[in-house]
Amino acid sequence: MNLTNDIIKAKLVEKFGDIVSNFEEPYGMLTFEAPKEQNLKVLQFLFDDAELRFQFLTDLCAVHYPDQKGRELAVVYHLHNLRDNVRIRFKVFTAIETPDVFTATQLYSTANWMERETYDFFGVNFVGHPNLKRILNVDEMDYFPLRKEYPLEDQTRIDKDDAMFGR
Amino acid sequence: MSETLTHNHIKLPEGSIEKTTTTLNLGPTHPATHGVFQNILELDGERIVSAEQTVGYIHRAFEKLAERRPLYQVTPLTDRLNYCSSPINNMGWHLTCEKLLGVKTPKRVDYLRVIIMELARISDHLICNSVVGVDSGAFTGFLYVMQYRELIYEIYEEICGSRLTTNIGRIGGFERNFNSTVWEKLDKFLAEYPAVLKEFENLFTRNRIFMERTIGCGPISAERALNYGFTGPNLRAAGVDYDVRVHTPYSSYEDFSFEIPVGKTGDCYDRFLVRNYEMWQSIEIVKQAYQKIQEFKGADAEVYHADVPEYYLPEKKDVYTKMEALIWHFKIVMGETEIPAGEVYQAVEGGNGELGFYLISDGGRTPYRLHFRRPCFIYYQAYSELTKGSMLSDAIITMSSLNLIAGELDA
Repeated sequence: MNLTNDIIKAKLVEKFGDIVSNFEEPYGMLTFEAPKEQNLKVLQFLFDDAELRFQFLTDLCAVHYPDQKGRELAVVYHLHNLRDNVRIRFKVFTAIETPDVFTATQLYSTANWMERETYDFFGVNFVGHPNLKRILNVDEMDYFPLRKEYPLEDQTRIDKDDAMFGR
Repeated sequence: MSETLTHNHIKLPEGSIEKTTTTLNLGPTHPATHGVFQNILELDGERIVSAEQTVGYIHRAFEKLAERRPLYQVTPLTDRLNYCSSPINNMGWHLTCEKLLGVKTPKRVDYLRVIIMELARISDHLICNSVVGVDSGAFTGFLYVMQYRELIYEIYEEICGSRLTTNIGRIGGFERNFNSTVWEKLDKFLAEYPAVLKEFENLFTRNRIFMERTIGCGPISAERALNYGFTGPNLRAAGVDYDVRVHTPYSSYEDFSFEIPVGKTGDCYDRFLVRNYEMWQSIEIVKQAYQKIQEFKGADAEVYHADVPEYYLPEKKDVYTKMEALIWHFKIVMGETEIPAGEVYQAVEGGNGELGFYLISDGGRTPYRLHFRRPCFIYYQAYSELTKGSMLSDAIITMSSLNLIAGELDA
């Protein structure tokens, strides 16, 4: 039997009811969200269910939406069922003041560095992560550079003397 | 332990003898690490007790930079991810943009892309496999195959003008049609390379020294590999036949027939064999694509880009003579084309695994968020598990046979 987006959606709604919401299919990939407290339950269900079997974590990253009050940071999981070859996208939103999301490292070893990267750039605090520290940036950095409040340098600035380097 | 080791005639600071392991900094600039990798190894004699990787030495904030650039200006950033096979990254990015923009490319463009991507895969695997040879003490293979990588680079050069960081292709197709020199060089490559690859295999595959150095070195089981998010040749060497080209075909890969080699043990030897076999398959794919391209007749045989004036730069002579072309040229170069809102994930089979682009657009002129799924960043975290308990020299081979590219790792 082919695993279609409708079947996945029906199974999720049957199991979680109102908890899973905002089903969309941008460019064919089923996308939905759940409250951040439930992320592990949803991931575990997707992992264990005999039909769904989303056991491959393709990608994990975060997105910053400064205009959405109370849900500024989105953590996006891309999951892949390699047997039926179906991909889905699962999001949890969190407030930027309390960016605590449970870690998925118990399910996927690969989430370790992905979550460290996400913490490094967005400051998402993965609760329960074995080694949550910066990975690509220097340890002394005291901000989270991919958040939208840190703009790139103004390309037209003229106060900087860089005759030797840069533009 | 400390009781027996304390000697009365040597005065050592209290507690100094209790540490029985040696800490060794391997890298970040060590000739055997082939890139900027640092590993802090704990060694017991010559056996590795634990390895801790430090990454990020050449982090260049591509994801942040991309948030200010129009789509076509992101292509040069993707070059600098896996610079051993940058055309695949470029094509992956074009495919992502085309998916978001809804651009349909003509078949001939797809086939031309397939040729370039498979040549890039060959050059990527060639470097990786010959470097595994270098690290096990065989330099000959490395030097021998270099001239054919050079030939591949000359083919890139004819198409886009550069060799390593290619910036090849455009959204919708290629910047120019393949000229006759490209086809001549491709003929030369297809005629001569199989014999060279055969000889390269003869040097290694049944070489006793090479086999003893690589068999059982850095193995990983299929379950662990999947849990660690392995993709590409490293996953296939562990016995999982996952290949993006087959599972979610892009750029008309469904029109080609080729085999996906799989290994069994996931050790360095299997990874080597899988890559070698993939090179043979890539040659077959290039041949098939070449044949398909020759079947186009008339106007179809000259098509090298899709008809999308909003995103594809018009020809220079048209810019000087036609009003519409001038307008498009200006809008594209200044990055003033609005892109539709939406989010896409597009994966391609890169040289070392599934290279993914997660692009979110809010309807502005630049990506709202762009995330690269960089395969070697994801599987490098398994390195400490792969090398635990092995000898230091095995750790070096394991590192090179994983095909880690520092540029991709650090983004």
